[in-house]
Amino acid sequence: MTEKLAILHPEIALFITTCVVMIVGLSRSVGARRASAWITAAGTLTALGLALRSPEGFGLLPGMLAYAKAMIAGVGFLLLLVMAGAVDRGYEARLLRGETFDPIRATRGEFYAFFLFSLMGVMLCAGADDLIWLFLALELVSLPTYIMVAISSSRLRAQEAAVKYFFLGAMGAATFLYGFALLYGAAGTTSLSGIATTFAASGIGPLAYAGLILSILGVCFKIAAVPMHFYTADVYEGAATPVSAYLAFAPKTAGFLALMLIVSTVGWHDGGLPEPVRVTLWVIAALTMTVGNVLATLQTSVKRILAYSSVAHSGYMLVGLIAGPGDGGVFQNGLAAILFYLLCYGVMNVGAFAALTCIERGQNPDDPNDLETLDDLKGLCATRPLVGWAMVLSVLSLLGMPVLLGFFAKLLLFSSGIAAGEIVLVVVLGLNSAIAAFYYLRIISSAMFETPDARRDGGRLTPMRGRVLACVVSGAAVLVLPLLFGPLQRASSRAVSTGQSAAIGERPGGTQAASPEAGR
Amino acid sequence: MLLATLLIPVVAALAVAAAPADQARRIAGAGSLAFFGATLILGAMFDWSRSAEFQMASWFALSAGEGGVTVGLAVDGVSTMLILLTGLLAPLCVFGSFTAVSDRPRTFFAWLIALQAPMAGVFMARDIITFYFCFEFTLIPMFVLIALFGSSNRRAASVKFFLYTFTGSMMTLAGLVYIVWFNATRLAPDGAGAGAWTFAIDTLMRASRSMSGSEQAWVLLAMMAGFAVKTPLFPVHTWLPLAHTEAPTAGSVVLAGVLLKLGTYGLYRFVLPFVPEAVVAWAPLIGVICVIGILYAGLICWVQRDVKKLVAYSSVSHLGFCVLGLFALNAVGSAGSVLYMINHGLSTGALFFCIGMIYERYHTRSMQELGGLAARMPVWAFFMVFFTLSSVGLPGLNGFIGEIMCLMGAFQSGATWGVGGTSGPLGPWFGGVAATGMIVSAIYLLYMVGKVVFGPLKEPHGHGGAHGHGHGHAKDAGAHGALPVDLSKREIAVLTPLAALCLVLGLYPVIALRPLEAPVAANLAAVEAVRSVVAPAEALAGVEAEGAGR
Repeated sequence: MTEKLAILHPEIALFITTCVVMIVGLSRSVGARRASAWITAAGTLTALGLALRSPEGFGLLPGMLAYAKAMIAGVGFLLLLVMAGAVDRGYEARLLRGETFDPIRATRGEFYAFFLFSLMGVMLCAGADDLIWLFLALELVSLPTYIMVAISSSRLRAQEAAVKYFFLGAMGAATFLYGFALLYGAAGTTSLSGIATTFAASGIGPLAYAGLILSILGVCFKIAAVPMHFYTADVYEGAATPVSAYLAFAPKTAGFLALMLIVSTVGWHDGGLPEPVRVTLWVIAALTMTVGNVLATLQTSVKRILAYSSVAHSGYMLVGLIAGPGDGGVFQNGLAAILFYLLCYGVMNVGAFAALTCIERGQNPDDPNDLETLDDLKGLCATRPLVGWAMVLSVLSLLGMPVLLGFFAKLLLFSSGIAAGEIVLVVVLGLNSAIAAFYYLRIISSAMFETPDARRDGGRLTPMRGRVLACVVSGAAVLVLPLLFGPLQRASSRAVSTGQSAAIGERPGGTQAASPEAGR
Repeated sequence: MLLATLLIPVVAALAVAAAPADQARRIAGAGSLAFFGATLILGAMFDWSRSAEFQMASWFALSAGEGGVTVGLAVDGVSTMLILLTGLLAPLCVFGSFTAVSDRPRTFFAWLIALQAPMAGVFMARDIITFYFCFEFTLIPMFVLIALFGSSNRRAASVKFFLYTFTGSMMTLAGLVYIVWFNATRLAPDGAGAGAWTFAIDTLMRASRSMSGSEQAWVLLAMMAGFAVKTPLFPVHTWLPLAHTEAPTAGSVVLAGVLLKLGTYGLYRFVLPFVPEAVVAWAPLIGVICVIGILYAGLICWVQRDVKKLVAYSSVSHLGFCVLGLFALNAVGSAGSVLYMINHGLSTGALFFCIGMIYERYHTRSMQELGGLAARMPVWAFFMVFFTLSSVGLPGLNGFIGEIMCLMGAFQSGATWGVGGTSGPLGPWFGGVAATGMIVSAIYLLYMVGKVVFGPLKEPHGHGGAHGHGHGHAKDAGAHGALPVDLSKREIAVLTPLAALCLVLGLYPVIALRPLEAPVAANLAAVEAVRSVVAPAEALAGVEAEGAGR
């Protein structure tokens, strides 16, 4: 029991913080309410520290805990910097002007609490070894985000986005719940490693395939992959920008962790995934990249561009899922590539979204407009060099420009795809990166080359310096982290290698070949 | 030494960006001269008697262990020459754009200097990560230079430039990663790099030669996707005229002078030695593409009325010769091709300078509006005619020797020819048809010179009035001091070194050709080995077919 608890230390830290924040956030004192952000930050950092010391878990990918949870907490902290202080800004300002405090109307503490709940859900996904646990974890990721979208902004379209997000999310959840039920029916157990053992021993029947494919389709909602991508642009656009940034990272990470676990039950045996699963994922991957990129080229709102680009990035990462762990070498390991890509994507994505929140426009200082369209970005590098350049670097990295972080992430997907023999898919990935260059270049052109419209209000730097900090830190990380490519890549590779040895160990006859590799 | 050479432009670019705007020119000039000096020292330190070997090798591990990032640098004779060309053009570009750029000089000069580092890096790279980094990283400075400092249609041109080359090089990356994977997993460990994940070019070169024929063909296709776009070959050349026309003068010079050579250098360094079997099999097709490109682009040039566009299309035509020589797969063709890279950099770069000087004075490049400028600007006319003749391939100037060697290589490349012991997959037809491209090239270039330099004087309205200064735009004149009617001392100083080199290389090409012999032969060794295996096999197949027929 205590061993299992040790695995959950980061989650426990987050949960305690959640309880504290929820109460403190309702305090009458302004100082206490303000402190809730600091408490949240402290909780996240504590979770980060505990995550780094996570012991090996159990189940199919037991080595993943430390890497995945540390990544979640680390990027989560960056996201918190962007989000801090955004909620209730207008209300707090009115309170300062003398309005009486009404706890019903104060949502700041709740917002942080939901943020922490959601983060906790992502972490729980990493350690799941049971369908029910996995389902609850996935829902714990998403349910708070519906509310976060709704309360992120006082505008009507945030609520519209939340409703849309909620209904489609419920549909996604229903789909993978159905899939999970079928899996249980096929294997007779809810334990993922138990399912893997059953599949290895008695083969995979049609019922199991139906369950797998429905589960994959349902989780596609979390990662915003085709055919469950329809909500993405509308929700990202409707939600306040910091929450959009969160949506692009947290549910996606949870979805990929879940997918890795679900697909691990059938395993990447000699010839790769079983054909029905491989074809399903292949089609989803190819469609997701292409649809995401093509639709992104048609947008004028940067938030919508980034939304569709987030769809496309999910498609890229699916290549790693199809490739699987290979024989464990760092360049062949598709699962390690996904973990590494998630980290990189988290950082670059925060950079790009945070830059949008750094400049505020509009008459009402309490409810300002973020940068939103390509026109808004015009001349950003000249007027706000720090923010502008951080944005340009992040976007170049999203594009996969060599020297920057995104290139290395993509390189690993390339090599793992090639190692698994998925040459066509890798070519599709290459072509899509090129399509993506088109819209990323539009963002860069706007920021670097255009001169700002004289008629437009030039905007002011946000009073919330956390956003600028997050933006600059991400921009710098995109430049500096490539120097740590080797260690990071080995860490991500270690994270999945033990699980892979366990998975291979269960398959008859594969043990000898795999064991020496697993030690690395 | 190599790393220092690469770091100079980076440091200079940062210095330019940090310095006050009015100092930008001076710092950029000093930085580019320092870079040129470094390349000269590099050329002096290089042991030219062993020019086939990679010298001054240095490996840096940015992060150790498997999957760590390493930077491997070394140069052989071919790379050193191309680095020298890069180094020479750098200060010329900077000094050549002193008056052309008045808006945001810091941005301009910083990116222009920064561009030099990745270009030199491509020539030095000994591992594909470094190579690919540098190859791709040239895109950003050039993109900025075109997008910010180009003429009217610059945004479209810069985006087209970026997208074309980026798309191609994604495919190249896939091909290169395939080789890395092949080396790591399909070969038995031999202690020399095979059987492990490595990006070292030497190891991968050995590995990729043991790929099957069809694998090689696919890798060839992937590599060609990137390098052919960069070169550019017909039919993926369409980005170049636009990019050239819209780019600022210095941008065009760097683009024509060095950036296009990255494509041909990639073909030389990667395609030929990496996938020899596929190269031998597909060279005729590539040869046909080159010949089409030579003639087609030549004919397009003929109908151009925009001087800069004409020279841009002539680049497409000329680089067709260069690639044709390369795929003749013999020593003459390869050496000619490398020489052509350098010659083209000198003469076309210089032509873009000349055109830029006219544009700065008259703000037009249209042949309809310009004519007989020899009367107004004799010094400029001299240089213009000189570089045009060099570009046409007049014997005695540098263009001639490279072109004739490429053609000779192609001509002798047929197995039936045999004279001189060279053999290859092309043949007299390729050489003969491509040679008509020389005639076309003479027609359009001389026609252009005839219109613009000679004939009755024609100037756009508002220029060349009674005051005797050919500069009508008072605003620009006020900014940097009026440009004289004819070339200023600075402009002459920019063109003279290029002209001198054209003359030296034209009269005494041996100084460049001798150091090329050994590296070119080493580079062709793999192809030769394949041919010597393939040729008897073909003969044998023929005998068998005969026997069966009986």
